[in-house]
Amino acid sequence: MATKTMTMAKALNEGLRRAMEENKKVLLIGEDIGKLGGVFRITDGLQKDFGEDRVIDAPLAESAIVGTSVGLAIRGYRPVVEMQFDGFVYPAFDQIVSQVAKLRKRSDGRYTMGMVIRLPFQGGIGAIEHHSESPEGYFAATAGLRVVSCSTPNDAYWMIQESIKHDDPVIFCEPKSRYWEKGEVDLDNPPANIFDAVVRREGTDVTVIAYGATVKTALRAADTAAVEGTSVEVIDLRGLSPFDSATLETSVKKTGRVVFVQEAPLTASIGSDIIRQLTEKCFYSLQAPGLVVGGYHVPYPPTRIEEDYRPTVDRILDGVDRVIGFGS
Amino acid sequence: MIDEELVQLLTPEGERVVHPEYESTLSGEEIFGLYRDMTIVRRLCNESTSLQRQGQLALWAPIQGQEACQIGPGRALAPMDFTFPTYREHGIAWCRGVEPKEMLRLFRAVSNGGWDPYKYRHSVPTIVLGNQALNAVGYAMGIQRDGAEEAVLTFFGDGASSQGDVLESFVWAASFNAPVVFLCQNNQWGISTPMSVQSKIPLYHRAHGFGFPGIRVDGNDVLAMYEVSKRALENARVGGGPTLIEAYTYRLGAHTTSDDPTRYRIDAEVEVWRHRDPIERVKSLLVHEYKMKQARFDEVAEEAEKLALQLREDVLAMDRPDPLSMFDNVYADFHPLIEEGRQEMIDLGVTGGAH
Repeated sequence: MATKTMTMAKALNEGLRRAMEENKKVLLIGEDIGKLGGVFRITDGLQKDFGEDRVIDAPLAESAIVGTSVGLAIRGYRPVVEMQFDGFVYPAFDQIVSQVAKLRKRSDGRYTMGMVIRLPFQGGIGAIEHHSESPEGYFAATAGLRVVSCSTPNDAYWMIQESIKHDDPVIFCEPKSRYWEKGEVDLDNPPANIFDAVVRREGTDVTVIAYGATVKTALRAADTAAVEGTSVEVIDLRGLSPFDSATLETSVKKTGRVVFVQEAPLTASIGSDIIRQLTEKCFYSLQAPGLVVGGYHVPYPPTRIEEDYRPTVDRILDGVDRVIGFGS
Repeated sequence: MIDEELVQLLTPEGERVVHPEYESTLSGEEIFGLYRDMTIVRRLCNESTSLQRQGQLALWAPIQGQEACQIGPGRALAPMDFTFPTYREHGIAWCRGVEPKEMLRLFRAVSNGGWDPYKYRHSVPTIVLGNQALNAVGYAMGIQRDGAEEAVLTFFGDGASSQGDVLESFVWAASFNAPVVFLCQNNQWGISTPMSVQSKIPLYHRAHGFGFPGIRVDGNDVLAMYEVSKRALENARVGGGPTLIEAYTYRLGAHTTSDDPTRYRIDAEVEVWRHRDPIERVKSLLVHEYKMKQARFDEVAEEAEKLALQLREDVLAMDRPDPLSMFDNVYADFHPLIEEGRQEMIDLGVTGGAH
């Protein structure tokens, strides 16, 4: 079958389709996902092909969407839930934290919460409030949940399938600003260890860790840095929680410097925690304190000024310069 | 036409209906005022849609078809009443005195709000479905505790009627006998979700189960919307407790400019509702019963046109805000963490103004 070029949106659509073909227990539930195909068209055509029993148009209640998915999972189904936007997930927060994350433990392993909660996240699309948030940290802080994010169409295609097969509940963060960007998808060969971090670009001077939409920004920053003579290694985190520490440690021990890039505000964030752990594990290799380039500690701004909030190439380069120039 | 229990005082053809409990108390001039409001609001809405199409707004949520649902209750409010809107209450905002350009700041993506809620006694828009219903009940409980003779009017749609927050707000309003009126604009569609997925019974019936009255009104009949809202608000102000008003209407346009309704509904349905237009029937009444001349309607059209042009000018003049403003109003007082972010942005050389 080989490879095909497609957008991330299409790759997710194809991945969902394949998962539904392979396992009849896979159900999709969400607002406007059937006839409309989802507001981002990720589920386009799936209700037509798999029917209304497997692609369920939900009444507008996020807590109910996740809460009933818990029951379906207990019954042996594999619900794949779509939250329409990041900022609309909070009514379901209670169900996710109190039930989805903890039922395996509470039932002494008898329940399997094999479900996926798809979350279009991060900004960059010029939307109004509640449509550009990065709530992944709330979920990353909760044991029992797996939080992952894709940055390429190929990863999107395979990661959604792996998430559906996985016996842990997965919060699947989709960088909505990259939905329409195209890439090669290998339809035959799944990447190995797709929840583990992967080196997207090798380098020797500084490690830059990113996930979701910021991976591409980090790669562009690395291109610019290279022109200026700085060799940046870019790592796509993929599994945000739990995360693959080994790949990060290997890189940071090699470069001695690390910058973490995220759209989420820095306070109590995934980046600040990973830098904390790397500091502990790579202390004697570090040439400079690690730092995080991310959103400010403010509510997501009106989008006319969102590019001053999101990490840009310039801000990432500023971070790279700071860790390189440390102490000098 | 829709339901035997539907309160209607004016047919789509503009003929008066005798209702056993409600009658229109408005003079010809007052009805003309409602006509003017609806016409202006529709014109401003159309201008906003064009502005969005021309790339001048990030998004627009049209109100077309729902003007009566908002102008009726909007004019039934007393000055000290307080309102909690969604993102589509442009008609209410108009009645409360919010300037059109202020309404568009959110949609121009230069602000997450747009106006001073205390100045207009009209809260800032709520985008997350149903949150405002609980906020409204809380405000109403405050009125009770202050011993004030005021009411709260809050809004949601058929879509949000499935949200926990809305149903919880019913429980609380009933439990505390809160002076709140819930106005549900049932426009039949929550983006692509049809009414049949949201409820198997008429929405206004739900109120009875929670212990307060529910009433269904022809949402395209501004006279009925005015009278029913007025009575419900008066009842709330004097301790009579909550009411649910279901304004039975139709969203003639898209959910927002990002939506394509042709994917999920048929033109014939839209056509049926076009014939129930809220503005045309009032005009017909004014012409036939009050013998109003075309010149008066032309004046309104001209006024609406001027306001639309002014709105366009104001929107085009609306620059992106100073990026440093994102650090304002995060906390009540100075905090070094916020100051650090602000300083970092200054050091990066970020400046305000047009981009």
